[in-house]
Amino acid sequence: MLLDDKFEYLLRLGDNALILSQRLSQWCGKGPAFEEDMALTNTALDLIGQARMWLSYAGEVEDRGRDEDALAFLRDAHQFRNLLLLEQPNGDYAVTIARQFYFDTWHCLLLQELNKSADSRIAEIAEKALKEVRYHLRRSSDLVVRLGDGTAESQRRMQAALDDLWMYTGEMLTPDEQDELLAAQNIVPDPAILREPWLQYVGSVLRETKLTMPTGTWMQKGGKLGRHTEHLGYVLAEMQFLQRAYPGAKW
Amino acid sequence: MVAIDRPTTEQIWSWLGEVPDPEIPMVSVVDLGIVREVEWLEGEVGAQCVVTITPTYSGCPATEVIAQSIEQVLREHGIPVRLKNRISPAWTTDWISEAGRAKLRASGIAPPARKAGDVSVIDVSGLKRGREPAPAVVCPHCGSENTTVTSQFGSTACKALYRCTDCLEPFDYFKCH
Repeated sequence: MLLDDKFEYLLRLGDNALILSQRLSQWCGKGPAFEEDMALTNTALDLIGQARMWLSYAGEVEDRGRDEDALAFLRDAHQFRNLLLLEQPNGDYAVTIARQFYFDTWHCLLLQELNKSADSRIAEIAEKALKEVRYHLRRSSDLVVRLGDGTAESQRRMQAALDDLWMYTGEMLTPDEQDELLAAQNIVPDPAILREPWLQYVGSVLRETKLTMPTGTWMQKGGKLGRHTEHLGYVLAEMQFLQRAYPGAKW
Repeated sequence: MVAIDRPTTEQIWSWLGEVPDPEIPMVSVVDLGIVREVEWLEGEVGAQCVVTITPTYSGCPATEVIAQSIEQVLREHGIPVRLKNRISPAWTTDWISEAGRAKLRASGIAPPARKAGDVSVIDVSGLKRGREPAPAVVCPHCGSENTTVTSQFGSTACKALYRCTDCLEPFDYFKCH
């Protein structure tokens, strides 16, 4: 039972990185500026690397012969454990940045805690990923400030994006049974301890601008248990096409 | 295998010192601190040279090419080689050698301007907005400290784009990591 719980949790970590990476790579060649295009694709690359480490470990823990590729390309939407936030469409640039900013803040806080995990492999992967994610957070925070302090139009769009995605943030900060089981064994942190620092940091960045913190309390949930929005299927259709059409294809 | 004198680890380090990084070929994988350990171990099929390497960034596409190049070079010297991958402690630009920094500079890439922070000691309360003054990045062309960042990401995961406001040349900066 313990192994299944750990496997499920590793899928959450791996799928978060994988699905956001896939979303970001959809910007490749379409970024609003050359520098942004490179930044998004480099961020996507870091996340792909992290997804590989988490999913490889998940496959080893599961011990049924599935490797990182089998887990990435041969599972269907209901078997994915990523946060709903990360499968949301790219929207305009403000939406992409708001999604990134909410996630990076949480991701950074989470990895800092996972770095102290009683599971040494989790601690090692977290240590490696954290260095990259801190850079992501610095950049997404800067961009929230730039768009929030930019023109009336950029401010309006940034505020709308923060408001629209707000209902997807609760899932990161609310523990479920799986989180609690593993937290009790010091393998992962209780998500509830990330809540205050997350609110505090997000608030501190928004206060640098004319943007206001969304206040809604009703939150979407389900991604961690495999209940997804309709968007995930389209992401997977694109990402998995080759392995579905030509099973086992290598190049 | 005939029992020939097996090369010393020093000799192997020096061969590895000639294996170029595939994306920044002016520096070697040893200069960058990617090779962490070289040792001879007795295996089932006799002595094996075990080379421990570490990836720079998680998604760096050069990692696999580096492993292949190392294997190839050592095999050419007749050495039975096995590669081991290690991710902790995580690679840091602090491991780039002085020689490596000089080679980067000579080829127009500014080396990291300061020590990377220790990430292992921060906890949940430590998340702060990065407001530390940016380190002065010295232009590798003219030596000026009057430089500005034009993009936080560059042509590879490990670099950012800068521009010198004195000589006006753009250049790559190897980010602190």
